[in-house]
Amino acid sequence: MKGRIISPGKAKGQAIVSREPIGFYGGIDIKTGIVIEKGHPLEGKSVKDKILVFPCGKGSTVGSYVIYGIKKNGVAPAGIINKETETIVATGVILAGIPCVDKIDIEKIKDGDTIILDADNGIVEVK
Amino acid sequence: MNLTKIEEKILDGEKGEVMERMFRLLVRLGEIYGADKMIPVGSVQVAGVSYKSIGDPGTDFLEDLASKGAKVKVLTYLNPAGMDLENWEKLGFPKDFAKKQLRIMDAFKKMGIIVTSTCTPYLAGNLPRFREHIAWSESSAVAFSNSVIGARTNREGGPSALAAAICGVTPNYGLHLWEERQPSFKINVDLKLEFSSDFGALGYYVGKMVKNKIPYFTGIKDADTDQLKALGAAMAASGAVALYHVEGLTPEADLVKKTNLETISVGKKEIKETYDKLNTGKNPDIVIFGCPHASLKEISTLAEKLEGKHLKKPVWICTSRMIKEVADRMGYNEIIARAGGSIVADTCMVVSPIEEMGYKTTGVNSGKAANYLPSFCKQEVCFANVDDLIGGLI
Repeated sequence: MKGRIISPGKAKGQAIVSREPIGFYGGIDIKTGIVIEKGHPLEGKSVKDKILVFPCGKGSTVGSYVIYGIKKNGVAPAGIINKETETIVATGVILAGIPCVDKIDIEKIKDGDTIILDADNGIVEVK
Repeated sequence: MNLTKIEEKILDGEKGEVMERMFRLLVRLGEIYGADKMIPVGSVQVAGVSYKSIGDPGTDFLEDLASKGAKVKVLTYLNPAGMDLENWEKLGFPKDFAKKQLRIMDAFKKMGIIVTSTCTPYLAGNLPRFREHIAWSESSAVAFSNSVIGARTNREGGPSALAAAICGVTPNYGLHLWEERQPSFKINVDLKLEFSSDFGALGYYVGKMVKNKIPYFTGIKDADTDQLKALGAAMAASGAVALYHVEGLTPEADLVKKTNLETISVGKKEIKETYDKLNTGKNPDIVIFGCPHASLKEISTLAEKLEGKHLKKPVWICTSRMIKEVADRMGYNEIIARAGGSIVADTCMVVSPIEEMGYKTTGVNSGKAANYLPSFCKQEVCFANVDDLIGGLI
């Protein structure tokens, strides 16, 4: 699948898929990379080294710093794939240097799929 | 993207490393979102201020910018900090937290940012005009300035707002463009909304439904700025609403196209279900008002309700330093303090470490606070209107 380049780079990893939007601030713990939002489909799961797949961001604009923070703390996802990346997530991934592509039909990606993300060219490959 | 010669030179590093780095972020965002050019901004509001939110990585990022001589070009305000910047010790904020928070404030001050710390800059001296381009980031302030004032801003991330402040420009895309400010949902409100918490519940419900789209409300007969503040804040928290229109009340409501809208109806049933959903606890250890920061009218109303009363549990009213000054002069703070409450400035319940201060259940009348407290502050929440919350404590 081909999408839009948000933040360049290459990554390979296991998909962790949320059908619901993710708010990084208050949604993901900055120290552990574990999803902490109560009732969120990914609650309790770690995003570390995964290819994090979700439709779009939501909630607080502090989310950019949380994305930057989880990267600095070594618990960031290896890559991010969205249906539509909004500014908060875009700013975060650019600053953190996390490969990210959007405009992808994320319905075609399942939890646990091995993903090769080539964000330099906006290409997502599902193995 | 069309860049001017001067802008090209910034990218070539002629204005220094900091400008180059910050401008590059703006250009990248502009390219992603199809901006044709950069546009000057009238003011900026920067999120990502509390140490609790940005942690050591954010602190290092800001101190690095400040030490390299970064300076803002336009009036720039800050989001709430993690504590009352003057009264933190007396209110019981942890010392090591305070030390880190003060370092963050120093870095901002070095960059020429007004160390204000409020989510309601429009009540504290940073008021844009109708159609003015701005780069604000606190999600409720974005919703208010776009919707109630009719200024134009995207939902900026903390660092992209900071970049706009340092460069004085923002990429021209999204909500800066008139065609992007058109609604895609029509929300028919069929109940009488009385309290701010009713507006918060409505906002929470609608934000979940419309996510990052623009709702157009009908059936809201009247609402003051405090109630619109509560409505927008809740929608921005449960969804990613940056702009809403209310028939008869907000400045662009008559001007936008109202065709092909998906209709959602909200009545008593939906609002009652939302109250039930947001109530996860009973008998609060503390009640906190002022999310977003309380206006002077909200504080005077609370002072009236608390006059001569004795509170069984702590009550905080969060507001900006500016509003606190006036409330002090009017004697409201003294009335509230005599009842056992505190006016807390510069911070709010969501970004302060209340879970480390021994509180487990918090009472709020804010849909936004009710949305964030369970995850971010590990709190059980009592979500109710102001009268019920105070009634339970006296």
